[in-house]
Amino acid sequence: MDIGFLIGQIFNGLSVGSIYILAALGLALSFGLMRVINMAHGEIVMFGGYVAYLTIKVVPGPLGIPAAMLAALVVGGVLGAVLETTIVRRLAERPLETLLATWGVSLIAQQAARDLFGATGVSVTAPPWMAGAIDIGGQSMPVTRLFIMLVAGLALGALALLLTKTRIGLLVRAANQDRATAAAIGVNVRHVDMFVFALGSGVAGLAGVILALLGPVTPTVGQSYIVTAFLVVILGGLGSIAGTAIAAILIGLVSALAQIFVDVSFSTVITLLFVILFLQFRPQGVVAVRSRALDD
Amino acid sequence: MSSSMLIKAVGAALLVLLAAAAPAYLSSYDLSLTGRFLALSLTAMGLVLIWGQGGILSLGQGVFFGLGGYVLAMHLKLVGLETGEVMPDFMVWSGVKALPWWWEVFRNPLVMILGVLIVPALVAAAFGWLVFRRRIGGVYFALITQALALAFATLLISQQAMTGGFNGLTNYKTLFGFNLNDETVSHGLYWATLAIVVVALICGTLLLNSSFGKILRATRDNTNRVRFLGYDPTPYKIVTFSVAAMFAGLSGALFALHAGVISPALIGVVPSIEMVIWAAVGGRTSLIGAVAGALLVNFAKDKISTELPAFWLYMLGGMFILVVTVLPKGLAGMFPEGGFKLPALSGRAAKAVS
Repeated sequence: MDIGFLIGQIFNGLSVGSIYILAALGLALSFGLMRVINMAHGEIVMFGGYVAYLTIKVVPGPLGIPAAMLAALVVGGVLGAVLETTIVRRLAERPLETLLATWGVSLIAQQAARDLFGATGVSVTAPPWMAGAIDIGGQSMPVTRLFIMLVAGLALGALALLLTKTRIGLLVRAANQDRATAAAIGVNVRHVDMFVFALGSGVAGLAGVILALLGPVTPTVGQSYIVTAFLVVILGGLGSIAGTAIAAILIGLVSALAQIFVDVSFSTVITLLFVILFLQFRPQGVVAVRSRALDD
Repeated sequence: MSSSMLIKAVGAALLVLLAAAAPAYLSSYDLSLTGRFLALSLTAMGLVLIWGQGGILSLGQGVFFGLGGYVLAMHLKLVGLETGEVMPDFMVWSGVKALPWWWEVFRNPLVMILGVLIVPALVAAAFGWLVFRRRIGGVYFALITQALALAFATLLISQQAMTGGFNGLTNYKTLFGFNLNDETVSHGLYWATLAIVVVALICGTLLLNSSFGKILRATRDNTNRVRFLGYDPTPYKIVTFSVAAMFAGLSGALFALHAGVISPALIGVVPSIEMVIWAAVGGRTSLIGAVAGALLVNFAKDKISTELPAFWLYMLGGMFILVVTVLPKGLAGMFPEGGFKLPALSGRAAKAVS
């Protein structure tokens, strides 16, 4: 096998993994805290893509993408906060019900996007500075893909700083470790829930901007990534950020490397098999939270 | 026999009679839809077993539905070949040299019938063994089964030469020598479907009323307590998941017969989760509710999506939200005697409990 091709596939795996990091981070955060999965998370990604499309119409030129990212972060966050207060909170103790209710939200969101923007999808043209490729060690790496990795890395870093160095991060970690005790000593866990949900949705909006740079934004663009993002959360372990990042990269690499030998559809099957086999050895995921509790 | 049981028995008999007489009073279009949706109700019954009674939400029932449907469709394609043809036309076009063995085995009608029942159950048992053994459940299980549905549908679409790809398998001619396009045969198919649904209802009820059903419900309500009492919940989960898969497989096969097609569009991520809403609308713990839910949701879908295609998705989305927030017990919850409630305690006993 050509070594250059192998390096290229590894690079692809890393960049796909970066998208999964952005798409799964929000899911993992709220899953760790509330044990719920938001099935409409993919639609927040999708709306992030449409926000990018609209922003670039208003703010053309080199500032378009940064402006779009900021706007998508805010829009995603607001959508997340609304979803949390209206539906997710009411079903807090019933994770499977949350799954179904948020699936309903995702159906409505997809149809709304179809009615608003049309079924065929809209394209965002990447700015010129993102067009070329950079030569690294004899390999030409497209700038778009490098940019995606940079954004994923920055988002991870910013979240880690937020959670470890700030007061709000302290509250989130407290609620995460022991909800009841945190509530008893005066942490408003409901506010923490909403903050984390909104934050995660904001990151999802950001992921939408990234997807818009890679291809057309369609009403189902979020759904095409979200099932794998769910697998990332499972593989990562209970809402751990480091676990999620490792799992996202692992899944990106497995699927890209599988594509050396088999076609894309088989690589979906191989990725799923990989996750199921991995869970045979580590049912709690990459980063297991040590606990003596019976149910986690 | 107590009077309430008598009323139930008479009611059930009347309902079956009414359904059996449907060819006399329904238009042939509505009759064909009813048959189709009765076939789908088997999938919903399977979900009642695994989700409503077992507490395990599977978002991948489409996989088993598809396995049953494709096994039957492969048989129909092979018996429908003209003399001289050795394989279905799409295989010839794709340049397939010889019929693969996993097509050839289903040429035999008995193997086909066994395959419809056993292939989905075996796949479910193997998958369930891998997953339940490691105590993976809840949200994890739901999401992994969803990924399974995605992988299965993607695989079917990509293997065009072997599976007919996106179009699936369609254009059937005869089953057991009967011409499927004949009107009397289609009435027979309706009655056969109704009979299978009734038998499935009876079997499901017996299963749930047995001690197996009791432990299954106990597992749903508190798995750890069941473990402490000395039972291993894993086999109960695996068996129930396999039975649910068998129901779904049978459902897929019957549906393929009624609709004349089985394709990846019927079994992927989105259709698989739609199957859950049939059970949820009917009342997730009630088998008869599952039949009502499957019929109601699908008739609504047929009527609304032909008139206002866009509106149907809003409505379906709203249904998902409403059925978990406002109506968690579904239709069956509206009837105090419906579902699997224990008979109400009377007088002093009720006071002592409360």
